[in-house]
Amino acid sequence: MAAEPLLVAENLELSFGSTTALDSASVQVHAGEVLALMGPSGSGKSTLLHCLAGILHPDQGRVTYAGRDLTAMHDNERSALRRSEFGFVFQFGQLVPELTCLENVALPLRLGGAPRRAALRSAAAWLERLEVSDVADKRPGQASGGQGQRVAVARALVTRPRVVFADEPTGALDTLNGERVMQLFVAAARDTGAAVVLVTHEPRVAAYSDHEAVVRDGRVRTREYAR
Amino acid sequence: MTVGHALLGLLEAGPRHGYDLKRSYDERFGHDRPLHYGQVYSTLARLLKNGLVEVESEPGAGPERKKYAITDAGVSDVGAWLAQPEKPEPYLQSTLYTKVVLALLTGHDAADVLDTQRAEHLRLMRDLTRRRDGGDLADQLICDHALFHLEADLRWLEVTAARIEQLAAQVRA
Ligand SMILES: Nc1ncnc2c1ncn2[C@@H]1O[C@H](COP(=O)(O)OP(=O)(O)OP(=O)(O)O)[C@@H](O)[C@H]1O
Ligand SMILES: [Mg+2]
Repeated sequence: MAAEPLLVAENLELSFGSTTALDSASVQVHAGEVLALMGPSGSGKSTLLHCLAGILHPDQGRVTYAGRDLTAMHDNERSALRRSEFGFVFQFGQLVPELTCLENVALPLRLGGAPRRAALRSAAAWLERLEVSDVADKRPGQASGGQGQRVAVARALVTRPRVVFADEPTGALDTLNGERVMQLFVAAARDTGAAVVLVTHEPRVAAYSDHEAVVRDGRVRTREYAR
Repeated sequence: MTVGHALLGLLEAGPRHGYDLKRSYDERFGHDRPLHYGQVYSTLARLLKNGLVEVESEPGAGPERKKYAITDAGVSDVGAWLAQPEKPEPYLQSTLYTKVVLALLTGHDAADVLDTQRAEHLRLMRDLTRRRDGGDLADQLICDHALFHLEADLRWLEVTAARIEQLAAQVRA
């Protein structure tokens, strides 16, 4: 039967002032699966993603990762977990503009204490995997949007995280570029066994997921899924 | 009508036996639905009757050994068909719209109707995406066409879901 989910959000409530962003939102992510969070603008997708990743703290409810209560952890324990187990891809790559693309991908490994040469070697392999070796020595500003997003995907996967959180990773790309990024991203995530939590309102992007959860008014309309 | 026109178009490239014709149709257009032999021969019989194809004589041949060739009338028929746009069919909305309205009228959860449909659409989109990404250029173009259509339907589902309260008020008024 169903394996234990890797990441669980239970009845999350979160308000920004008088705005209720999450209203008893619950969702589960299983190891190695690609889950799409869909739903209209302002429904709470990004807020839910940030809570799942331990970036935002819910007012009520609980987030459990591999049996550990994220909401009860100390800040530094949570940040350490984020660095070692999670990867992130956002709509606009958010690469460090002063570093080359290769150095950007090596950065999480360097921050984790890896020696420079090993980190660069591994980063180069990931750039190749994402088919953007040609921008290795360029700064992010000199790469196209699509290339930048592939570099961002490489940076998210280089530490071999167990979960990658992606918020509209192709939101700024045209259809063909966006789909190529998704194709490479999902294939690479599957190879490493990483689960992906993918926020998107584009059905063609969501089509790369295994399952979808629809967020509406801060709540998840869950569907039974056979596992 | 599409099958007839497709067979005619294939014949315009050169005369063929019914069997070869079926094979090239299946290869190009029959991904999900290969033609039955019966359908091929009945279509050819109709085209023959309408003077759009003719049989090239092959002495002593049975029906499956007949070679078919397109006539001048057939060529202009293909041309006319290609020049004629297809009717944009709003087939899905009308069925779904009916379901949503009936759900609201009968006290069922209309949002569930929409969510169920969305899940079904996405399921198909996943299959098509897999097939497209693993396929050749022909697969890519065929799947993309289907994907864009399903996406349009999904957008309609989304805006309908956003207006469901409004619709409920109108339907129940
Ligand atoms: N930092 C914040 N301060 C105040 N309100 C916020 C903040 N972040 C989100 N909100 C509000 O919370 C609600 C949910 O926002 P969220 O960003 O999660 O939506 P979303 O589903 O990601 O939308 P989009 O598709 O537009 O990105 C919205 O009403 C939004 O305005
Ligand atoms: Mg968002």
